[in-house]
Formats: sequence, C-alpha cells, structure tokens
Amino acid sequence: MSTVTNPTPADQGGLAPDPAVTPTKAAGAKKLPIIFGVMAALLAIVLLRSAHEGDTTFQLSAETDFVTLPDITVPSMLTAWLMVLVCVAVAGESVRRLLAHVRQPAWLPIVFALAWMTGFLSWAAADGRIRVVSLFAGAVALAIPLVFGALGGVLGERAGVVNIAIEGQLLFGAFAAAITASLTGSSLAGLVAAMVAGALIALILGLFAITYFVDQVIVGVVLNVLVVGLTNFLFRQVLTPNADTLNSPERMRAFPIPVLGDIPLIGPILFRQTPLVYLLYIVVALVAYALYRTRWGLRVRAVGEHPKAADTVGIRVNRTRYRTILLAGAIAGLGGAYFSLVSVAGFNREMTGGAGYIALAAVIFGKWDPIRATLAALLFGFASNLQGVLSAIGSPVPSQFMLMLPYLVTIFAVAGLVGRSRPPAADGVPYKQQ
Amino acid sequence: MSDADKPQPDEKPVQPEPESGTDTVTEEAPQETTEDAAKDDSRSRSVLREIASGDALSGVLAVFLAVFVGSVMIAATDEGVRETLGYVTARPSDFFSAVWEAISGAYSAMFRGAIFNYNLTEPAQQWRPLTETLKFAGPLILGGLGVGIAFRAALFNIGGRGQMLIAGGAAGLVGSQVSLPAGIHLVVAILVGMAAGALWGGIAGLLKARTGAHEVIVTIMLNYVAFYLLFYALAEDFLFKTPASNNPKSLPMKETAILPKVLGDKFNLHLGFVLALIAVGVVWWLLSRSTLGYRIRAVGENPHAARASGINVGRTYTTVMLIAGSLLGLAGVNQVLGTVSSGVSLDLDASIGFDAITVALLGRSRPLGILAAGLLFGFLKAGGFTMQSSENISVDLVLVVQSLIVLFLAAPPLVRAIFRLPAQEAK
Repeated sequence: MSTVTNPTPADQGGLAPDPAVTPTKAAGAKKLPIIFGVMAALLAIVLLRSAHEGDTTFQLSAETDFVTLPDITVPSMLTAWLMVLVCVAVAGESVRRLLAHVRQPAWLPIVFALAWMTGFLSWAAADGRIRVVSLFAGAVALAIPLVFGALGGVLGERAGVVNIAIEGQLLFGAFAAAITASLTGSSLAGLVAAMVAGALIALILGLFAITYFVDQVIVGVVLNVLVVGLTNFLFRQVLTPNADTLNSPERMRAFPIPVLGDIPLIGPILFRQTPLVYLLYIVVALVAYALYRTRWGLRVRAVGEHPKAADTVGIRVNRTRYRTILLAGAIAGLGGAYFSLVSVAGFNREMTGGAGYIALAAVIFGKWDPIRATLAALLFGFASNLQGVLSAIGSPVPSQFMLMLPYLVTIFAVAGLVGRSRPPAADGVPYKQQ
Repeated sequence: MSDADKPQPDEKPVQPEPESGTDTVTEEAPQETTEDAAKDDSRSRSVLREIASGDALSGVLAVFLAVFVGSVMIAATDEGVRETLGYVTARPSDFFSAVWEAISGAYSAMFRGAIFNYNLTEPAQQWRPLTETLKFAGPLILGGLGVGIAFRAALFNIGGRGQMLIAGGAAGLVGSQVSLPAGIHLVVAILVGMAAGALWGGIAGLLKARTGAHEVIVTIMLNYVAFYLLFYALAEDFLFKTPASNNPKSLPMKETAILPKVLGDKFNLHLGFVLALIAVGVVWWLLSRSTLGYRIRAVGENPHAARASGINVGRTYTTVMLIAGSLLGLAGVNQVLGTVSSGVSLDLDASIGFDAITVALLGRSRPLGILAAGLLFGFLKAGGFTMQSSENISVDLVLVVQSLIVLFLAAPPLVRAIFRLPAQEAK
C-alpha cells in the first residue's frame, strides 16, 4: 500500500471525461474543413434567402481621433458574396491540406473568421454603418469580468480545485467594491475590497473542498446560492435604505493612454479604456508568464496534474492549492468590480447575471490555458457586444441566438466536436496525505 | 480520444502507453489501483457518502447552526437592534429585548405564514398557510427527486433550471395554444412537458454516455440555452407571445389545462402536490424494487464494477438523465399549469431548479428524505414571504439558511469541530 493515494479523477467527481464510458473517436484535423464548409454554406443560404440591397459603411475611427481613417463604403450584397467566395477558398485550401496530410496553419481559421464576419456584417448592416472601433472597444469592455473570472478559474483548476463559484466571487466582488468605493470615495479601495471579497469566497471553497474533502462542484454551486442570498438580503435590508452612503460609488472613467491611445484603430480599441482594463492586460501577462515560466507555476501545475508526485518531491500540495485559489479568488473578485464600478455605478441584485458561468465556459473552451481562456472570454464578449450592435441596427438575427452562442460553443467543446478539452488530471480531486 | 486524455495509473508512470486499443487502457485503470480501491472508494464522492451515512446529530446541528446564522443576520440588520446597540453598555436589557423582538418577530411571522395563522378566527383561514407550504413543497419535492435520482447514479444534475424552463414552455404551449376536451387537455399538456424536460436532461446523459462530456458543464450550459430558447419563443409572434405586448409572456392557460384545486377554491393547493407524492412513491419503487434502479445504484457506486458485471453504463447514464429531466419537467409543468397559470414567463422556474439541489442533498438522495426536505424548504419559502411582508425582512434570508444547511451538512467534521464533539472515525 502506498503512503499516499491518488485515485482516478472520474472516481472522484472531477471534471475529466469519464473513462467508464468509452468515448467515440474524435478526428482532429477533419473537423476544420467541415466547420468551414458548414459556416460558408450557412452564410450563402442567408444571403440567398433575403437579399439586402444598399451600401454598408464601415467607420474605422471615432470623430475625435488624432489620425482619422476614412470611412469605407461598399455595396452590401456584392461584398457579402465576395466574402463567401473567400470563405469557400479558405475551406478549399483546408481540404487540400487535409488530403495532402499537411498541418492546418493557424492563419486559416483567422482569415476565415474575418471574412465571414465582414460578409455577415455588410449584409446585416445594409444601408447602415458599422462603427468598427466601438464594436471592438465595447467587446473588450464587456469581456473584462469574463477574462478576470476565466483567469481565476484557470488558476484554480490548474492547481486541481474546480471553481464553479466564479459567479459567486464576481457577485461578492461587485458588492464589496460598491460599498467600499462609496464609503471611501476611492475606486482603488473598491478594487482592493473586490479582491478581498473574491479571496474570501475562495477561502470558504478551500475550507470545504481542500480541508474537509467535500465535493468541489457541490461547494461551488452552494456558494453561488449563498452569495446570491447574502447580497440580495443585505441589498434590501442595508444598502437600499442607506443608498446615499453605501451604494453610490463614483463610476470609473476611461483614461486614455497618451501615445498608445492615438494609434489608429488599435489605440481607441485597446488604450482608451478604464484603468481596470489596463490592470487586466498586466494580470493576463503575469498569470501566463508565472504559470509557465516560474518555479511557482511549475509547482501549481504539478499539484494539479499529479499531486502524489508533487508531494514526493516535497511540494506541500494543500498549501499550494490554498495559496493558488486565494490568488485566483482575488483575480475573479477584481472582475466583479467591473459590474458595480465600471458598467454602472452601484450594486444591484444579481447584477452579474451568469457572467461567472460564461467565464467557466471560457476556461473550458480555452482548454485551461490563461491566454486561450482570455481569447475565449474576448470572443464571448465580442458575441454579446455584437448582439447589442445588431439589435440596434435592426438585424434579422434574433438576439437570443447570439446570446446563446457561448454556451452552445462550450457544449460542443466538451463533447469533443470542436477540439477536445482536457482538464488537468487531478482537477476536482481532493488530496489527502496519509 | 488519445491516450493522454485518460488518467494514468499511478504505479507505472514511466511505461509507454500502447498506441491502439484505447478500450483496454480504460479498463486497466481501475485494476491498477485495486489495492487502494476500497479505500479510495470510501473517500470518493465524499459528500454523497457523508450525507448518506452521516448521523442524525450532524443533521440537526447543521440546521441549528444555519438558523443561528440566520438569526444573527436578522438581528444585525434590524433598526431597533442598531439603535439600542449605541448604548448597550448603559442599558444592555434594551439591546437584548430588541434582539429578541427582531428574531422572535421573524420566526413567528414564518410560523403564521407557513403553518397556522393564529391572528385569524375562521378555522379554514387559520390553516390556509399550511396548504401554502404544501403548494411550495410540491415542485421542490419533484425537483429534488430529479436531482436526487441522478445523484444515485453519481451524476450531478445542475440543469434543473433548463429542464424546468423547457418543460414549462412546452406544457404552456399546449396549455395556452391548443384546444382539447377537458381532462385530455391537461393530461396531454403534462405529458408533453415531461417529455420536453426528459429530452433536455437526456441530452446531457447522452453526451456523457457517447463522448464522456462532463454532465456538470453540459447541464450548466444547457440552462442558459434553454433560457434563451424560451426567451426567443416568448418574444416571437408565431410561437406564443401575447399579441400586442412587449413583455416576453404567453397568454394564460386555458381552463381545461389547469391543474384542479384539491381542497376547493378557498385554497391554492392544486393537484401538483398530489403528483409530487405519487412521484415519491414511483421513484422509491424504481430505485429500491426495480432492475433499472439496481443498475442505477450499481453505476453510482462503482461504474467500473457495474460494467464488469454486464451493465451498460452509458445507457444507464442516458436513462437516468431522461428520468431526472422528466421529474424536473413535471416541476416546471406544476408551475405553469398550477401555481402561476396566468401565462408562461421567463422566471417560471422561480429558482426551484437550484433549490432542488439543496433539497436532494438534504434528503440524502432518498425519496422519503427528499419528501421531508421538500416539506421543510416549502415551509421556509411560504414563511419567508410572510416574513418579508409583515416584518420587512428580505425573503432572500431563506436562500442563505438553505445553502448554509447544505454546507454544514456536507462537512460533518466541521460541525463537530464547532461544537467540540469527539471526532468520529471508522464507521
């Protein structure tokens, strides 16, 4: 009998695919051309079924820009059909590479996605204008809580602790940020309070999941309910009667960075945001670097992949897990501050509206990698901003289907239809030293 | 699926994995750890096991602790308590009587709202709160059964909300748009709703069985897909949006499709509670007397052993999720055709989908336990609304107490540590 036990994840209710059922074989390379083909055909069908005559204007810069790019006006249908041709060409190239057994390079999906999006937008916004800058800048802003939440999720799960409680951390972060910023009059204090609040939820998660071996998914779900109940209760009993002193924080303003903000196209999108966004860039870079390039990151990953081996070489498994999820909770809590300090000024009931679950989706869709999870969160932010833009210009696509997209994509991802997602081996498995 | 996707056996980490025959690798995994298997298994699914075998004392103490925390929250947010706190050292009696008033006021309001209203004179009206408790308990019991039966197969069904929304939407479509003779209409609406819920739950089961996709992730995501699907259906004229209305809400149910009141028109209690009681009986029979129930429990205890003894694990997963979905679907039907028959809306689930998880945990996934837990939470819900209206204490306190009960219940060692009870080791 070994001194430590490390059961297989599926026996422990971790999030790994269950080995007790035999998964159907998933072919990786074949899927890309199929997806391309289906998407291109879909766009062509949409164009055939309802033609939108007219011109579409793509506005590339805001009026206040230092360097103004000219507006691009194109005939709607012609452009859309051209883009369908580009998509078909990319799909054809992908098929050729598949038949020749050559690797599918990363630029294929990127070109495809850009062409598809351009074609779709020029059709959807016929006789209207698409403000490209605000489309993307809005997407970045909407993605803030998703990215912070997803980073928190990635860190926790890399250390082997499943964090369903991201939603609770965001909500509690928003709550703490609103109160603290109102009391002190400083947004910075609000951000710090949000971090503490997120870490506090993580501490409870750790207490039950790491120390008392309670199923991590159950603790996460229950913590979410607890935070909803607690914040709703306090909002009604305490915040609403004293709204002036406790729930009137100052809204964070956009702070353009002098030189970077003047770069055409990129500047207004990335560098004319609130300080929380700049903080986001730093945190993403730090987490990605630390997780893969430092001794600390190696230990975190070791603890999440094979805690027994980590223990044998002298890494304190549970202490590492505690530290990591506290940090992860602080990061997720920071995302919560977006809701009550940036999006609107002040806390409201259940104001996170399921963002924590989208962040969880981004973690899985991003394959437990900080950079990919960030990109996934940005993609989901883009989808939800696009929905807003489309419903404003009266697009025929029902907004509900746009909003459904992140969740559908995640189901496809875990089912292995769009690249299989594999969690860290010991994700969700409590570790008990014997 | 590549070999790297599978958890590797511990004892031979350096040995290269065979390139083909993924099946054999999966089957080897449990054998490699046979030495530890017994031990691992006793610790695995720790919460389910703990809740199933935890002693009654822990349960009582967990409820006591949660109610205590709730009382502290009531006292701490009470106006009178905060005023007297200012001079607590000068006149502590004022402070304590204020605390007592706040807490006793809250709990007596709960009692009046959920069991017996002693402020009224007519007996029928006095006992009306009890029927309200039963009315709230109905869907909680149904939902708890849906989550609980999945727990027995070691599946975590967080998709209660989505299953209820889809089922409620489908039943509402039949109930408000279709005309059928009385009696048949109601039966058809209920069956369509249950089938829709079963379908929604079955997706998660099927994906788990065929691709190994984890049911927690799939059911969470399906909740939101269901929400937006229903949202779409309620916002479009050709489905069932109320004409000339901007609210995403359907027309009210037709008379023939409404669940009849059980105790006459004076009480809101409808047939849904009776259906819940029947469901308790059916699930009890299914789990403890039928072959399918045996398979479900075998797969839940140890999927590898179950497969070795010839049980089709994947099919069992799919079947149990179909059943779970139909039970939660019935909870959704209960809302749309019974409790709120004025039309399908997006909040028809009334957070029952998540409450059902706590009901199933508190009821230890046993049908009779779920019945008791459902009645307790129905009591909290009915009482909570009265507490809010008469004592101005937010009904959300109930959510806090509910989740605390489950948290404390899930970790008996923590409760023991708090009350300084001796640790209980071997069972």
